Amino acid sequence: MIPAAFEYYRPTDMDGVLAILAEHGDDARVLAGGHSLIPMMKLRMAEVPHLIDLQDVGGLKGITVEGGTIRLGAMTTQTEIIGSDTLTAAAPILREASLQIADPQVRYMGTIGGNVANGDPGNDMPGLMQCLDATFHLIGPDGTRYVAARDFYEAAYMTDREDDEVLTAVSFDQPVGGYAYEKQKRKIGDYATAAAAVQIVKEGGKCTSASIAMTNLSDTPIYSQEAGAALVGTVVDDAAMDAAVAAMLGDIDPTEDNRGPIEFKRHVASLILRRAIARAWSRA
Amino acid sequence: MKDDITREDRVDALGGMGCKRKRVEDARFTQGKGNYVDDIKLPGMLFGDFVRSPYAHARITSINKEAALAIDGVVAVLTAEDLAPLGLHWMPTLAGDKQMVLADGKVLFQGQEVAFIVAKDRYVAADAVEMLDVQYEELPVITDPYEALQSDVVLREDLDTNVPGAHGPRKHHNHIFTWEVGDEPATNQVMDDAEVVAEESMYYHRTHPCPLETCGSVASMDKINGKLTLWGTFQAPHVVRTVASMLSGIEEHNIRVVSPDIGGGFGNKVGVYPGYICSIVASIVTGKPVKWVEDRMENLMSTAFARDYWMKGKISATKDGKITGLHCHVTADHGAFDACADPTKFPAGFMNICTGSYDIPVAYLGVDGVYTNKAPGGVSYRCSFRVTEAVYFIERMIEVLAIKLNMDSAELRRINFIRKDQFPYKAALGWEYDSGDYHTAWDKALKAVDYDGLRAEQAQRVEDFKAGKTRKLMGVGLSFFTEIVGAGPVKNCDILGMGMFDSCEIRIHPTGSAIARLGTISQGQGHATTFAQILATEIGLPADSITIEEGDTDTAPYGLGTYGSRSTPVAGAATALAGRKIRAKAQMIAAYLLEVHDSDVEFDVDRFTVKGAPEKFKTMKEIAYAAYNQAIPGLEPGLEAVSYYDPPNMTYPFGAYVCVMDVDVDTGVTDIRRFYALDDCGTRINPMIIDGQIHGGLTEALAVALGQEIAYDKQGNVKTGTLMDFFLPTAWEVPNYETDFTVTPSPHHPIGAKGVGESPHVGGVPCFSNAVNDAFRAFGLTHTNMPHDHWRIWKTANALGLHD
Ligand SMILES: Cc1cc2nc3c(=O)[nH]c(=O)nc-3n(C[C@H](O)[C@H](O)[C@H](O)COP(=O)(O)OP(=O)(O)OC[C@H]3O[C@@H](n4cnc5c(N)ncnc54)[C@H](O)[C@@H]3O)c2cc1C
Repeated sequence: MIPAAFEYYRPTDMDGVLAILAEHGDDARVLAGGHSLIPMMKLRMAEVPHLIDLQDVGGLKGITVEGGTIRLGAMTTQTEIIGSDTLTAAAPILREASLQIADPQVRYMGTIGGNVANGDPGNDMPGLMQCLDATFHLIGPDGTRYVAARDFYEAAYMTDREDDEVLTAVSFDQPVGGYAYEKQKRKIGDYATAAAAVQIVKEGGKCTSASIAMTNLSDTPIYSQEAGAALVGTVVDDAAMDAAVAAMLGDIDPTEDNRGPIEFKRHVASLILRRAIARAWSRA
Repeated sequence: MKDDITREDRVDALGGMGCKRKRVEDARFTQGKGNYVDDIKLPGMLFGDFVRSPYAHARITSINKEAALAIDGVVAVLTAEDLAPLGLHWMPTLAGDKQMVLADGKVLFQGQEVAFIVAKDRYVAADAVEMLDVQYEELPVITDPYEALQSDVVLREDLDTNVPGAHGPRKHHNHIFTWEVGDEPATNQVMDDAEVVAEESMYYHRTHPCPLETCGSVASMDKINGKLTLWGTFQAPHVVRTVASMLSGIEEHNIRVVSPDIGGGFGNKVGVYPGYICSIVASIVTGKPVKWVEDRMENLMSTAFARDYWMKGKISATKDGKITGLHCHVTADHGAFDACADPTKFPAGFMNICTGSYDIPVAYLGVDGVYTNKAPGGVSYRCSFRVTEAVYFIERMIEVLAIKLNMDSAELRRINFIRKDQFPYKAALGWEYDSGDYHTAWDKALKAVDYDGLRAEQAQRVEDFKAGKTRKLMGVGLSFFTEIVGAGPVKNCDILGMGMFDSCEIRIHPTGSAIARLGTISQGQGHATTFAQILATEIGLPADSITIEEGDTDTAPYGLGTYGSRSTPVAGAATALAGRKIRAKAQMIAAYLLEVHDSDVEFDVDRFTVKGAPEKFKTMKEIAYAAYNQAIPGLEPGLEAVSYYDPPNMTYPFGAYVCVMDVDVDTGVTDIRRFYALDDCGTRINPMIIDGQIHGGLTEALAVALGQEIAYDKQGNVKTGTLMDFFLPTAWEVPNYETDFTVTPSPHHPIGAKGVGESPHVGGVPCFSNAVNDAFRAFGLTHTNMPHDHWRIWKTANALGLHD
């Protein structure tokens, strides 16, 4: 498990990063926390002749909550997310989800930017970002553009990001209502067998809006608009839950692996979603 | 002042047997100052890395070295062709088979060693591995032993089916041996006549010992003085020296084998691997030291697996539950080469301990070994040879019988236990159990967990489940195990002809401190701590003043190594006996110094006193000094002793375990609420180390029972080749273990100790598994196979209609 030889760069500003990307095209890649990329390089599943470390690039870290908008710099680590009181007060689902990612060692290194840019269907943040209807900020040779998380993922490891673009931040409106991130995994440090992110708004005893996204049940995260819609206007009773679960099951497309056969995954997905909805509703 | 020191104080000052002495090894391990194989760096050292087969079964049509050799820093590329002139392209296995060191014409499992690249460092070697051009022609793959016995596909073309193997005739070209113990006609007769017979088939899945440190070696051939030094991850360094000498023709005195610190073995480091051989050959060829260290994936896919036993059982009993007979047949998947690490005469290890803790009058065991396209191995993962399989088998069969009899399985065990007054007990399959008091241990365990209370709670849970109030079932897992450890009597146990004795050599220094060297090698068991405690008590010098050294064949006495919980039963006995030789000489010195007859002095903790006049004494420290600076008539100077111990019998530790588990029938998630472990390992040398060993062994048992496996797909690809999929539990998955004990000393061991490192694994696996099975008993389940990971539990629940 030794990577092939590579050049290591450590630019101090974004221009420097973009210049190297421009020069080497898809032979170059940025390195954030390295906890997805470096294992892939060691397995020689990723060949990266030019590795650009983002560590010293200014302005990529930090959490701000301003005017109802939350912004996370791409290099913000999962540990920083967990430790931010401001963020936890504004969007507690981020802490709840981050605590279920990997283990403390990984979370010290792993970043939000790396997690969402990676495109691994096992990553937890993409589904969460879709649930929150987040926007990804991408900078490239032609400046910055914004892409909705719900439009970003194309297939496993395939995203809307161009090879010469860098993700600088994610942002989203401060969520309202109840929330839950529910995940089943085989052990600490494992990716999800199934995970569900749920945000629910309750007014006058009824659900007025709901957002639901699922993780590791397809080759991309699954934002299930219909599952959320099934709850709207209901008191989130059994019938509404059944409808939401049925809608979700129509959207996911799990494959068999060591975590289990397809029917099992569908069964767990249903359960996880029920639990997440119930918990979110109880907090709404 | 001196008068204030009581005898008790003097005992305490020794830090001898029975005290919770802190592990002396941990100062270096916890500070990262251990010295493992990969820490060894020699001037000019080269690094070797394997090109491995991507296929499970294929013919090699060509190997082109050009591109690999062209890489700057690559020194050599070795293939079977290069090793053939030395006769080293194949090597003998511990099981009397032979194994390819490097693929000779074809490959038989995924990950098999095809070529050995030697380069200036491991980075260059890894690049060259990618560049070696090997062409394969795929062959049909067999991963199922039953299919192997039917198939026309010949896996081992090097063998002639008509020529008997090491363990007798072979029935088919993919068959290795048949091993039978006991009386099959009598057993069948008992089954035919029985009031009740319960039958079950179970698969004990393939897994891997997975020590934290992977396997590796550093070979350094000094061409000037003709001496080969080999550092490596060896659980049996002396045997490695002998084998290396026999294979290479280098005289044994010219080979020095060193096991430095070893980061866990669990059986993985008993065998001899191609990497060891290749590092030696590469060092001889290049004249430079050569290091080989495998990575985690290589470790999981190529070095020594464990288990992979397909077991069919029949157990007969009276209506009242008195067991009358046991029949067991095993189809053993040995992979591509039979490289099981068992004593020569036991091709299925001590599987014939499968009558367990029960007085079973008649029994039969038959084992058929089979070749498949999987990695070789078959080591005893934290157990004495195949004892985990045996105990799992009988402890599951007891549960299956209890279901058939509609009886409580705790009671079924109780009425069938070998009684205390039956020891020494001769079991139907040949072993003579040394000592035991099973009823006392069982009663203590059941009382400690409030067994009746648990069953009442469980019954309530079943009601609640049926009423739709909960989706979690409760399982109460029981196991009562008897191990067979401490191989073993030289008359029936040997490895490659080497009798399984062990040894200790003690040298007392003039100022009253000492060094003792043993033929064993610690891999985390804490030998430096416990063996010093044995000696402290035996020779009356403080444990802190005794250095324990193992693992260097140039200095340590010959021994068979550490595995099968044999260190304390065998080397521990040698230590006590060598200590007693020291004491015998010390007695003569003391008598001389005290000017009395030898028989007028007696040993008292740390001194010899004149009988009847305890104020007249010489301490062991004083005696040690005198041994070196007084001319004592009739005695040689110095104070040294050596003992080689051939045990008269094995030792038979036992224990009673209870696991309380909640099982979510929808997600398959298990939650271990309670785990109680009572162990009886005879005399207890260090209770803290015993607890540590039990925690570790239970954790590995939990791993195996709940998810750890080496799984293959139909093409023979390893599906669980990294720690993402191969389950190694962390603190999070591990429950709080409650430990307890009884003490039934071994009557034949000098200090009555039996060995404990493997008991928790042996007893733990069936306990966890029984808990899962038990949770579903009320819903009609008789048996479900391990590993009990989420999806398999879900499947079991689904098949029982619990999701309808
Ligand atoms: C044992 C283990 C368990 C894990 N378990 C989980 C889990 O349960 N859930 C989970 O979500 N994750 C898990 N992870 C992944 C972990 O959270 C990663 O750290 C994370 O997915 C990637 O973040 P990173 O900062 O390490 O990115 P890197 O590994 O540095 O990069 C990942 C990819 O994203 C690209 N990239 C990184 N930053 C940017 C950027 N700013 N702009 C553009 N591209 C970028 C890189 O080029 C690379 O292709 C686990 C990792 C390990 C090692």
